[in-house]
Amino acid sequence: MSALRELYQQVILDHNKSPRNYHPLVDPTRTVDGYNPLCGDHYKIYVKMDGDRIDDVSFTGTGCAISKASASVMSAMVKGKTREEVERIFNDFHALVTGSIDADKNLDRLGKLAAFSGVSEFPARVKCASLAWHTLHAALQGTGASVSTE
Amino acid sequence: MHTVTSQSDQDLKDRFLAIRGCRHHFPLLRQRVNGKPLVYFDNAATSQKPQVVIDTLMRYYEEENSNIHRGVHYLSERATQAYEAARVKVQHFLNAAHHREIIFVRGTTEGINLVSSTYGPMKVGPGDEILISTMEHHSNIVPWQILCEKTGGVLRVIPINDAGEIILGEYEKLLTPRTKIVALTHVSNALGTINPVRKMIDLAHAQGIPVLIDGAQAVPHMKVDVRELDADFYTFSAHKMFGPTGVGILYGKTKLLDAMPPYQGGGDMIKSVTFEKTIYNDLPYKFEAGTPSIAGGIGLGAAIDYMNELDMAGVAAFEQELLSYATRLVGEIPGLRIIGTAREKAGVLSFVIEGIHPHDIGTILDDEGIAIRTGHHCAQPVMQRFGVPATARASFAFYNTKEEIDVFIGALRKVIEVLG
Repeated sequence: MSALRELYQQVILDHNKSPRNYHPLVDPTRTVDGYNPLCGDHYKIYVKMDGDRIDDVSFTGTGCAISKASASVMSAMVKGKTREEVERIFNDFHALVTGSIDADKNLDRLGKLAAFSGVSEFPARVKCASLAWHTLHAALQGTGASVSTE
Repeated sequence: MHTVTSQSDQDLKDRFLAIRGCRHHFPLLRQRVNGKPLVYFDNAATSQKPQVVIDTLMRYYEEENSNIHRGVHYLSERATQAYEAARVKVQHFLNAAHHREIIFVRGTTEGINLVSSTYGPMKVGPGDEILISTMEHHSNIVPWQILCEKTGGVLRVIPINDAGEIILGEYEKLLTPRTKIVALTHVSNALGTINPVRKMIDLAHAQGIPVLIDGAQAVPHMKVDVRELDADFYTFSAHKMFGPTGVGILYGKTKLLDAMPPYQGGGDMIKSVTFEKTIYNDLPYKFEAGTPSIAGGIGLGAAIDYMNELDMAGVAAFEQELLSYATRLVGEIPGLRIIGTAREKAGVLSFVIEGIHPHDIGTILDDEGIAIRTGHHCAQPVMQRFGVPATARASFAFYNTKEEIDVFIGALRKVIEVLG
């Protein structure tokens, strides 16, 4: 049960039950749809930019606890950040869920992201955790109106 | 009277005991997953293989491997004989009139694509209709949509009720002079519903409309007789009926197959080729271009031999017993809703739990060594019909046990403990 407890940490359970910024945004600069076609997970990410900075971000949609908590934590973390700062967090997140950095040794750097340290033990769930991040990435890059994890 | 009943009860008990004894034919089931004994409840996705099928594949590669229908040498002759013997086994398995009506394909998906891309354009023109049901797998939706895009045909859909049963009155209304083909699943992979295909074929035939049946989920669980059903086309995959992956069967009536153009061009499907003109081969080879899955075909023959030894009526009754036991026990889990409650159901238990996503259910069950399917089951329209994005699905085979269902129920309680 310990790998499972590691996966479903309290932070994840909490964000799944009460997701932050879980609503459409009025007047967004961009919206992008993210799909995981294998499982049917679907989120829409709304971003309102102020120059190079994310003024506001929100999301709607459905998916598993991991994907929803990830979208929620992400929305809370990136608000007010510049593209460059978001890029750094995105890279950290990706390294974390694919197991290429050790969460325990990088707690300060990772902050709330550390809650996703258990994901790397469940390869089938990496896509769940990454879906919202890839969608946000596409929104910031301005590449297309939808992304797919396949 | 009482004595008769208890005798037949005893008889059924003995038959179930014999069926339970078959579990040891499946070597994969002996393993542990995450430190727990494997509970394999993903049989609607693919079944496990008995030792005789595995041995047949081994023996083929160790002793018989050669290309078929080409060589004059000993091995080619031996492989050809084994492959063609498998075709005859399939013919008898389905009670088809002739072995030329048995086409080897890659699986059910290819069987449907073969019909939609050869028979389809012959029959379907602008405004003509193809009739399917709400509960079809994507493989019995998308090929027809592609046909419609090419021909201007229109896809029509038979509605289902809240239990997941076809509404026959609506079906009858949808059969019109514009309907050119009906394509139906025999058993729904997502809901477990067993459709009244015999009756539905009769209704279509009354108006001269041919019917294709997707039998992928039916053949592992019940005796199928294509002549008794009077199906025009019937298709299934070997891997869901204890055979290898990569091979399946399309049955078609000779009269229809003869009139159809070839599916793919290549070796084996021709009688003679010049740059000016090619003469196509006879049935069934006209539809079998290229080197097929020879080992797969022979392995399917071994799976049929295995199934012929099984007490299939007993298997069906045993699987019903597993289904009703599981249905009763999951009913006691708070917040759990079964999707698909048809009166006639195969051993498929599709469900959702309030507030918990099926993927999270799947991950926690996997940690307990239990394999189930989670997601939309390649049947997104039926998910939309029930207003859910996905379900968790446990699907049973005759080698499963009530003890495994007990483990499954315990794990579902753990899911609620962790995520509820």
